Amino acid sequence: MGRRKAKVEEGIFRVLMIISAVSVLGSLVLILGTVVWRGLPALNLDMLTQTPKGGYYLGKEGGILNAIVGSLYLAGGGTLLALLASLPIALYLQIYAPRTRRAEIIRLALDVLWGVPSIVYGAFGFLIMLALGMRASLLGGIIALAFLELPIMARGMDEAIAMVPQALKEASYALGATRLETALRVIIRQTLPGLLTAVLLALGRGIGDAASVLFTAGYTDRLPDSLLSPAASLPLAVFFQLGTPFPAVQERAYASALVLTAIILVLSLTARRLTRRLTKHVIR
Amino acid sequence: MNAQRLAGIAVEREARARRQRSDARLRRRRRMDGLARRSMSLLTLGVVLLVPLIAGALLVRAWPVLSAVPLHELLLGTTWHPLKGIFGFRPFIAGTAWVTTVAMALAVPPSLLTAIYLSEYAPQRLRAVVNPLVDLLAGIPSVVYGVWGMLAVVPFVGEHVAPALDHWLGALPFFRSDNPTGYGILSGSVVLAIMVFPILIAVAQDVIRAVPQGLREASLALGATRWQTVRRVVLRRAWAGVVAAVVLAFSRAFGETMAVLMVVGNVPQVPRSLFDAAYPLTALIANNYGEMMSIPLYDAALLAGALILLLMVLAFNLAARTILVRLVRSE
Repeated sequence: MGRRKAKVEEGIFRVLMIISAVSVLGSLVLILGTVVWRGLPALNLDMLTQTPKGGYYLGKEGGILNAIVGSLYLAGGGTLLALLASLPIALYLQIYAPRTRRAEIIRLALDVLWGVPSIVYGAFGFLIMLALGMRASLLGGIIALAFLELPIMARGMDEAIAMVPQALKEASYALGATRLETALRVIIRQTLPGLLTAVLLALGRGIGDAASVLFTAGYTDRLPDSLLSPAASLPLAVFFQLGTPFPAVQERAYASALVLTAIILVLSLTARRLTRRLTKHVIR
Repeated sequence: MNAQRLAGIAVEREARARRQRSDARLRRRRRMDGLARRSMSLLTLGVVLLVPLIAGALLVRAWPVLSAVPLHELLLGTTWHPLKGIFGFRPFIAGTAWVTTVAMALAVPPSLLTAIYLSEYAPQRLRAVVNPLVDLLAGIPSVVYGVWGMLAVVPFVGEHVAPALDHWLGALPFFRSDNPTGYGILSGSVVLAIMVFPILIAVAQDVIRAVPQGLREASLALGATRWQTVRRVVLRRAWAGVVAAVVLAFSRAFGETMAVLMVVGNVPQVPRSLFDAAYPLTALIANNYGEMMSIPLYDAALLAGALILLLMVLAFNLAARTILVRLVRSE
């Protein structure tokens, strides 16, 4: 009797699991499908190569080049800034303070930062800008995005570096290298694929985030020409175009969403390919 | 004789100079190392202080409204009327709580079952196809989920789900529907749930796969079925990690702005049913940042909203962590 009950339970849960897997993965694929299906018809070369002309938001000519360029600048700058902070933090955690209470506290802080909503980073960035007397600008957006990306990147790198075999570090120390030299010449080379994955993950998160740049980067129809001029971004372009009452403009919002998704997919595939290529240099 | 001595002195001098050079170089390398350690240490200090710094900055800027309105009125008041200086955050806190809770209820069971299926039942080849796809989908921006929500979820909920559930379950408290638009809590929660699927599946799978194979084999050898093994051995061993995955997903859903903003209706009321429109805190801040400088106390109130959001997510994270640590220790 107990055996039969167990068999029935097994069967029920197996069916439940397959149903869940199919519906979960199905819904995710459905999203990709919907974006492609609705976005593709509205997509054309003008959208990718022109900035909005007068009356663009009423359905007249133009494109979203401002948002594409703005997003790349914003996320690129934010990622660079976050990288400058994350790499030393991750190296510190693994090389200078491994298995200490201090490292645990820093990790806890990073995990907490990971959970801080991006709109809070946006508000914080906005306050920094107020304090410095800046207006909505590329630089402001870059700062807010750097805060958002920092915990993602630092934790990713931390985990990548944790994979380095202890023996490799010890071999380097035994040759007389200091910890800094070990970090720069051995650890970084050894973990390059993992570090790169962390960077691209954070970059993807940065490109897709709207709430943190809403306050800080502003929005403009022109291409940003300096760090202090406002910058448009793709997520906000999607949002604003969708908010207009004109179907033709809404169609362009779908196309913009498709462009954004395509950028993310390209990034993700690049990460995969680069990881595979760089793994060649890793000592096992 | 003399020449020999001279040569000896020269060699010695040369050796000393070399030693000194290498000493100097070693000192320089050590100094670089110490410098790197100190500057990195300073940087990590910045990370540790960042959350208090953010909270402090928000607190300072929110102070005008916090000192003008009693705290209980601010948190429990149900009226939001910036022009009259009335700021009650209850509708927004309730909106955030509703949307996040329903989203997690929708997201956790199917994602966990999927993760268990992928790690325990699915053949290697299927995993090799599905997991890269899941990683890919984890990177899709939330605004895209929002677009999809508007295109697909909102009409579906408005035309089919809400009338059907209202018809069959309308007598129950949470299922009455007098909102035919589809823009509301359920739509927001569905979008959020789908948005956190990839994170939940990826992290839960990692955790489940980390359970030693020997434990499974021991259980199976005792005659347990696969599901019994999963439930009594694998999950018991992995559940702390599973909870951590849920916390991660919760943080993501809780702080999400754009995807929710687009489908949740944005009506400042305390929601009473799954189909009511709601107005989460994140949406409030994002929608009104533009005019916040032109109305007195409005900017302080919105930044107070950001502070509330930050404190809620902090409290949840730390509480979850404390409980986890305690439970793991007691096992």
